[in-house]
Order: sequence, then structure tokens, then C-alpha cells
Amino acid sequence: MKFGILALQGDFALHQKALQRVGIETQLVRKPEHLTGLMGLIMPGGESTTFVKLLKEIGLFDAIREFAKNHVIFGTCAGLITLARKIVNYDLETLNLIDIVVERNAYGRQIDSFVDTVRVSINHTDTFEGVFIRAPKIIEIGQGVTALGYHQNDVVMAENDRILVATFHPELTDDLRIHEYFIQKARELK
Amino acid sequence: MLEDKDYKLKVGLAEMLKGGVIMDVTNAEQAKIAEDAGAVAVMALERIPADIRAQGGVARMSDPQLIKEIQKAVSIPVMAKCRIGHFAEAQVLEALGIDFIDESEVLTPADEEYHIDKHKFKIPFVCGCRNLGEALRRIAEGAALLRTKGEAGTGNIVEAVRHMRAVQREIKHITTLGDEELVIYAKNIGAPLELVKYVKEHGKLPVPNFAAGGIATPADASLMMQLGAEAVFVGSGIFKSEDPPKRARAIVMATTHYMDFDLIARVSEGLREPMRGIDIHELSEEEKLATRGW
Repeated sequence: MKFGILALQGDFALHQKALQRVGIETQLVRKPEHLTGLMGLIMPGGESTTFVKLLKEIGLFDAIREFAKNHVIFGTCAGLITLARKIVNYDLETLNLIDIVVERNAYGRQIDSFVDTVRVSINHTDTFEGVFIRAPKIIEIGQGVTALGYHQNDVVMAENDRILVATFHPELTDDLRIHEYFIQKARELK
Repeated sequence: MLEDKDYKLKVGLAEMLKGGVIMDVTNAEQAKIAEDAGAVAVMALERIPADIRAQGGVARMSDPQLIKEIQKAVSIPVMAKCRIGHFAEAQVLEALGIDFIDESEVLTPADEEYHIDKHKFKIPFVCGCRNLGEALRRIAEGAALLRTKGEAGTGNIVEAVRHMRAVQREIKHITTLGDEELVIYAKNIGAPLELVKYVKEHGKLPVPNFAAGGIATPADASLMMQLGAEAVFVGSGIFKSEDPPKRARAIVMATTHYMDFDLIARVSEGLREPMRGIDIHELSEEEKLATRGW
């Protein structure tokens, strides 16, 4: 059971470490052929403008859309933006794999980045350390999307049947519960 | 210090830049070209290092108006440089909402004794280093990201290679030391013992380390990534070349796919002239920017 981590740019090594700590074999994904044989894919934090540019240049943009038809994908921050249906404040073509509308850099610049407790409902409701770095906001959730996590009144984590997204960075903490939930999601899809 | 929440946010932003290219830009139009080419951040500067070198005089923090124009032009993080030890310039940059401050030897140092106490800021700092002792001193002062100094504005990779190799070699060396050797080793390289212990235990620095200073071609970017750099700063190399948008895209591709030599060959085709460059041996010691900072 092997999972891929999109490794074009960003904090992919931290996601890889998190998966390895829960005993999962990993594959860094830099080309379409790297998706072969994977159970699921993680799209890390980074810069979404860079992601989309690099995804298109190497043919991964279409390959990931195809992969998503029968696999799970987990995106954090820039990964979430890239998976969204639409960005309200920037003109960038996204993968449109989950019906959410997002605002980039919604809290402001780095000076407005913060760490705060979020409420997350996976299996049962609990708190989680939310690390928000130049984070986006989910401003609309559409058909087939369930909110899983909140910071104050904002939805910060959501899913549909195959895609899981968070505006914060569980990979920057030692807490593996969200990564474990993602693995469980992949198992249940089978 | 390393577990502190603010520090987590600072190093966190550095983590997000990994595998990417940070480009020096001197106006909004260049910033847009950089963003469209796939840069993960831009460095807002009045003059690129090659021109600072050519024109001489005191090089200072950029005009806030220029910084604001560049912030308005792009959505990616915007960095800016302050002089070594000039904490007031850093305070101004923080007030402008800069995402990352480069306490840089490319500008004329303001303090020949002390660097800035970077813990006092909410904004992360990047600093240059030539060896492990220098790297750990900057981390002790609060830097969240390091880069090789290289020799900025020369288009010559030789110094960046030297500095990256030195840091990697010393990290490897520490992992072979016995615990009883660490105190004296720390004393000899002028670094805090706590950080020397961290490096021995983890076999790496507690913050990311990027390459900078002399990168001019896609192959230069690949070389630095293979030597252990986790991302690449390109200063004069892009906008001093003949076809900046194409060269910028090519360096972005080569940094991500740094082990894919067919791809690097393909993106390196027909880039036209790179920046002219300077042989390091033509520079006197006083002309070397890397000797600034200690």
C-alpha cells in the first residue's frame, strides 16, 4: 500500500515523513508515470501559482484529474487551492476536484500567519493544532462536500467522497490523526 | 527556541518555499514576469547585485514605494533586503508587511560587530553563510532560513558551490564526533553547543538551507540542488540575461526536476545569452561581498 506525495515544490518532505511515521510506503511524484500503483496522493503546501504552472508543464494536471476518478487525494493549503473549484481573488485554472470556492492569502501576509486551536470532526470531534501560514479561506462549500473542521466560524477542513482538504498544515505538527484519517479514507474507497 | 510557536510559523514559511526559485526583481513588471514563470517568491530590490557591484557607493534598503508596487503586482511572498545589523531597516520592512527579510551582505553592512537580533521580529529572516559555524550563529540569532552567500552579482557559481560543500561536509563531520568532542568543536567553530548537538542528532540543520550567489543557468540550479540546496535564489542571473521570461521558466523547471537531465537539456535550449559574469580571481578581497558578515 503505497501513497504518493506531489513533489514539484513545497513542504512535501514533511508529508512524506508523516506517512512514514504511520508505516506507509511513499513515492515522490514529479511526473505522470509516478502515479502508477499508488493508493492515493497528497498535495502539499507551497505556492499554488507555481504548482499549476509546473503541473501543466509536465502533464500532471490532466493526469491527476484522471487519477482522482478512482483514488483519494489530500491537499493542504496550496494543495487545497489547487484542488478547489474556484479561486475568487486570483485568475488561475484549478483542478476542480472538490466543490469549494477559496480566497487566497485570506488572512493577509506572513505577519498575519498564526497558530491556533481548530475543532476537527474525524471519527469524533476533537481539537487540533492549526498552523496557518499565509492561509486561504474556504468561503463556499457546494454539493457533496462536508465540513470537517472549524476555526472560529470558518470552515478550515472539508471532504467529498474522494478529496480531503485543509487550509492549515497538520504536517507541521507531530499529530498524525489527520494523515491516519486520510489513509482510512483510502481503505474505505476500495 | 526551536519549539516556539512564532518560530514554527517562520520556519513553516521557509518549508513552503522548498523546491522553488526566488527571483530578484527591481520593478512590478519584472515581479509579474517572475510570478508567471513560476517563482515561489520575489526579492524586491532597487538594484540587482550586478549593478550594485558595478555602481559602488552605499547600498541600502529599497524605497518603500517600490516595495509596495511590487507587493501590489504579485500574490506570491515578497522578500526584501536590509543591511547587516540595521534593525531599524528591518523594523520598517516589517511595518510594510514584507513576508521574509534578507539580512544581506549584498547591501553595505551597518554594523561591523553584530547582526540583528532576529528573535524580536514576527517576520522570518534569511541570512547568508559560508560554513557551519556561521550558519549556526545566524540560527542562534533567530534566522529561520539560510542560504549560501556565494558571490552575488558575478553570475559565477564557484563560491556558492564552495559554501554549500563546506556546510554539508561539516554537518557530516559532526555526526561522526563523540559527545565528549562537541564542546570544543562548538567553541572552535564559534557556534552554540545546543545547536551543534541538534546537528549531530539529526544530521541536518534545524532550518532549510537554500543556494544563492552566482546562479545563472538551469544547470547551475540543478548542481546546487544536487549538492544539497533545498531551493534556489536567483539574483542578477535572470534579468541580466537576454531573454528573462524564458530563462526564468527554465530555471524553475530545472530546480524542480533537478535530476531529470533530458528535461534540463530541453529547457536549456535556445535561452540566448546568460549574464556576462565575472571570474572570481579578478575580484580583490575587498570586492568580495561574501566576506561581509561573520
